[in-house]
Amino acid sequence: MARKPEVDRRKFLTSVAVAGAATAVASEATGAAVDTTQSQPPKPSALRPSAAVAAAESAVPAALPHAEGRPGSDFMVDVLRSLKFEYLATNPASSCRGIHESLVNYGNNERPEMLTVMHEESGTGMAHGYSKVAGKPMALLFHGTVGLQHATMGIYNAWCDRVPIVVMVGNHLDAATRPPGVPTTHSAQDPLSLIRDFTKWDDQPGSLQAYAEAMVRAYKIAMTPPMEPVAIALDAHLQEHPQNGEMLSIPKLTLTSPPQGDANAVREAARLLAAAERPVIVADRAARTANGMRGVIALAETLNAPVVDQGGRLNMPTSHYLNQSGRGGALVGQADVILALELTDLWGTLNTFVDNVQGTRTSRLKPNAKVINLGVGDLYIRANYQDFQRFADADISIGADAEATLPALIEAVKAEMTAERRAQNDKRADDLRKAHAQGRERAMAAAVLGWDSSPVTTARLSAEIWAAVRNEDWALVSSDFFQSLWPHRLWNMDKHYQFIGGSGGAGVGYGLPAAVGAALAHRSEGRLVVNIQSDGDMMYAPGALWTAVHHKIPLLTVMHNNRAYHQEFMHLQKVGNWRNRGVDRAHIATTIRDPFIDYAKLAQSMGMLGIGPIEDPKDLAPALQRAVQIVKAGDPVLIDVVSEPR
Amino acid sequence: MMTQIGNYAACVALAVVLGGSGGAAFAGDAAKGKATFVRVGCYECHGHQGQGGVAGLKLAPDPLPYETLAAFVRSSSGPMPPYSDKILSDADLSDIYAYLASIPKPPDPKSIPPLNP
Repeated sequence: MARKPEVDRRKFLTSVAVAGAATAVASEATGAAVDTTQSQPPKPSALRPSAAVAAAESAVPAALPHAEGRPGSDFMVDVLRSLKFEYLATNPASSCRGIHESLVNYGNNERPEMLTVMHEESGTGMAHGYSKVAGKPMALLFHGTVGLQHATMGIYNAWCDRVPIVVMVGNHLDAATRPPGVPTTHSAQDPLSLIRDFTKWDDQPGSLQAYAEAMVRAYKIAMTPPMEPVAIALDAHLQEHPQNGEMLSIPKLTLTSPPQGDANAVREAARLLAAAERPVIVADRAARTANGMRGVIALAETLNAPVVDQGGRLNMPTSHYLNQSGRGGALVGQADVILALELTDLWGTLNTFVDNVQGTRTSRLKPNAKVINLGVGDLYIRANYQDFQRFADADISIGADAEATLPALIEAVKAEMTAERRAQNDKRADDLRKAHAQGRERAMAAAVLGWDSSPVTTARLSAEIWAAVRNEDWALVSSDFFQSLWPHRLWNMDKHYQFIGGSGGAGVGYGLPAAVGAALAHRSEGRLVVNIQSDGDMMYAPGALWTAVHHKIPLLTVMHNNRAYHQEFMHLQKVGNWRNRGVDRAHIATTIRDPFIDYAKLAQSMGMLGIGPIEDPKDLAPALQRAVQIVKAGDPVLIDVVSEPR
Repeated sequence: MMTQIGNYAACVALAVVLGGSGGAAFAGDAAKGKATFVRVGCYECHGHQGQGGVAGLKLAPDPLPYETLAAFVRSSSGPMPPYSDKILSDADLSDIYAYLASIPKPPDPKSIPPLNP
């Protein structure tokens, strides 16, 4: 096959550009078309402009047209201020330019202050972490369509974690007036359909008054348990054009009181608990606030019942003798009454599942054991995504907010409990104290295994961090599941804000952005914030490091750098062995090596102090001491630690 | 043949000789076992020192009797996948056991400052 003569694209474009320029200049100078194919005498490189061109370029222009009247987006800022948003995270976008300009010029970038994020998923993660600490939402402002597509996983995580965030996306709704090309490509007739399966409510208001009402309604819905993400589409026309003289008002925000359990159902639950010989309390997201934790403690002490904290929030102080989380499965198996408080997975609590070839399932329950399910999980549920987990039997099911219901339940238990039962329950205390102490001793004994080895064990990593921060007002803002729960096993966590659980939806890329957002919420309290950061998760959204530096958010990030997507590595190992093919190739597409990533340099590239990689565990303590001082002075720091897988 | 005998003698000299609960003695090479422990992925759940964690039980120090460990490795029906002799030979398993048995006891937790701040 004969080859076509190749065209040098660069030369081709250059000659076209020169020809075009020459044509345009000659046409302006002479006012006549020029035949460039004919031989012409050489022309000067710069031609004298015509009188008309000179006048157009040098004359004082007439008044330029500009938008008259108060922009619609100024009113949108008023609405945001009425809702007392402190922060608004954004990645800039043309569909939001109207409100963006209002936020910085009309709103003076105050309340809300804009946070620059480098990916919409990062912004969503920041809002997620912030909300769990601040107890109120952060606003998000993203481009419609592509920006929202970036944000979706983070929104799903917040949905699964029952966290209120308020997402706003720009959209050019009117096809007749929107700009052609990219703005039209990025427009949608129903932009929020993309996330409707995992948001609690959304709207695309058609007027400024409707916007005000939609925003207040959205905020109120997001903050009513079950707290969930909400979303509003902002029409670009509404943002950019002047208000049309309509009388605008901002509705009053009155938060809906959280749903409390039906009195009869609560009394029935109390009867079961008060009569139980071996009650157990299992809590996942029961404590949103200090009151929630106080409620869990008070109920547990009233019953002298062990508490299994599943870690969606910090429900029970780790140092309390009734925190028996380390033997949760056994306690559920021995219990005659199980009280489940805001569980993600009741079925998974009452049953075992072994991830073997058969997928073995076994009930943990004793015969005749009673199950009381108290939580908001049944109050708002969607069909598509399966975060509601398998259906589980319950003897009493109370659709209500656990934190709001606990005071009534405690009083009902006290009223139902006989003196004899109280005395019997009190006898459990010594055994439970002993079991708690033994659990601590076992943790200490296990923590020293491999103490001086490299890679650094996750136990040593956690112990050294604890030693460095324990005398501060600290908070851990990352999940510790991948660190074998060492912080829960070794640290004294006794304030509800000291641990906020994980991503909820297990969508990777949550860790760093959520830590930055949580650290922002802690900043005003002056707390020392720690993020133990998985390496795989870090690389989804490393730009959040820059956001932390840019906005001076103090945060100590310690890399749990196991140089792999380790969970998936183990899955490959498992399947390879099931198929009798072994693990020799399990590292393919599961490991982060060849080359290793230098996370300290990654941090340094964004203006953050980066230390490491640390491979000798003896180097960890000095690095932490140095880092803590810098974080206390107000800056973020990253320490890279080459660590054991789990 | 002489080379094989020489290698065997060297192995015996280096090996940790272990007594099984069934009374049969066997030998394994701890150094080879350490490499195999990594190669076949034991460290993924149990840690490089067999210390255990959320994904796998503690294996060392003081490992289970060899027969117990070997039976579990060959026929696990739990979360750990079984290792057939095709993917982990008896010799490799013996080496791994020797490695686990060679791991020294840890220090007393009370002697570790970060654990007793």
